Amino acid sequence: MIESWYPFFEWCEFTTIGQIVRQSLWLFPVIEAFHLVAFALLGGMILIVDLRLLGLILRQHSTSDLWYGARHWRRGALAAMVVTGVLLFLSEAVKCFYSQPFWIKIGALILAVLFSFTIGSRIAKAGDRVGPIWPKLAGLISIVLWGTVAWGGRWIGFSG
Amino acid sequence: MMKLMLWLDSHAWSTGLHESLWAYPLIESTHVWALAFFVGFAALLDIRLLGVSFGKVPVSEFYRKLMPWTVVSFVVMVTTGFLLFYAIPVRSYQNIFFRIKIVLLIVAGLNVFVFHRGIWKRVAEWDTVRRPPKSARRAAVASLALWAGIIICGRMIAYNWFDCDRQPQPAIINWLTSCDPTVELP
Repeated sequence: MIESWYPFFEWCEFTTIGQIVRQSLWLFPVIEAFHLVAFALLGGMILIVDLRLLGLILRQHSTSDLWYGARHWRRGALAAMVVTGVLLFLSEAVKCFYSQPFWIKIGALILAVLFSFTIGSRIAKAGDRVGPIWPKLAGLISIVLWGTVAWGGRWIGFSG
Repeated sequence: MMKLMLWLDSHAWSTGLHESLWAYPLIESTHVWALAFFVGFAALLDIRLLGVSFGKVPVSEFYRKLMPWTVVSFVVMVTTGFLLFYAIPVRSYQNIFFRIKIVLLIVAGLNVFVFHRGIWKRVAEWDTVRRPPKSARRAAVASLALWAGIIICGRMIAYNWFDCDRQPQPAIINWLTSCDPTVELP
């Protein structure tokens, strides 16, 4: 089933942007470096909310305050990650197609985004009002999903 | 200094680490993971100091609560970072991005030192203010810029464009990387 997507990956790699990034000596490293800067920022914004959900940090402050406080930075960092990530992907789409960590990363990313933008954000905004278990569970799920995305991303570089 | 690097390079552990199929990638992944914690938390503190977010939390409380996490992740970063260096000492030492990274790290340390010696001593006066004083905001901007630079340089160490074994290089590059192209390294 996945094999039928191969032409799409090949098409991605042969887009003008994909070829420009691929053929440049320094574009890929530079985009990747900024991908990593955005990653650190996004990591901080996700962690502060997740650790608060888990009850490990800033317990005197409500989860929703932290969630709203981090919101713009989280959105900005996520947007920067997606833009740089798509550029990196276009330049080596065929390699990604054969990379197991890539598929793990994309799978985890879809789950992480779906979770964060629905249940995750609702629980974060509601805070401890939803009882003691749900915030902890939401924090744990979020950390595991986003952590898998980060881990998978790093391992794309080690494979092949 | 070069002698020290060559000595480190002669260690069996150094070579073992570099050539290990899983240890090196694992340490590098941990280094990147710790990055999200350490730089992520530093960025959170900086954002509070800039006065743009988390205004309801007093600065000193935000600082105190984030500090244990920041310290632990800093230790993990430095340990894994040192191991990565130890695995490839000679090349890292002569790598221009590695050198810029070390300089930026020192400047980032100085920035923290100046901040603590200066405006932080009077934090009680501006603790609950939404927008901290100018020198605190300046330190925050410097910190954000420095850490972005450190991450970028760190990533670039992997590329060998200016490496000593890739000659000819401009004289300035060879000077900056202490590279003598006429000497063949063992």
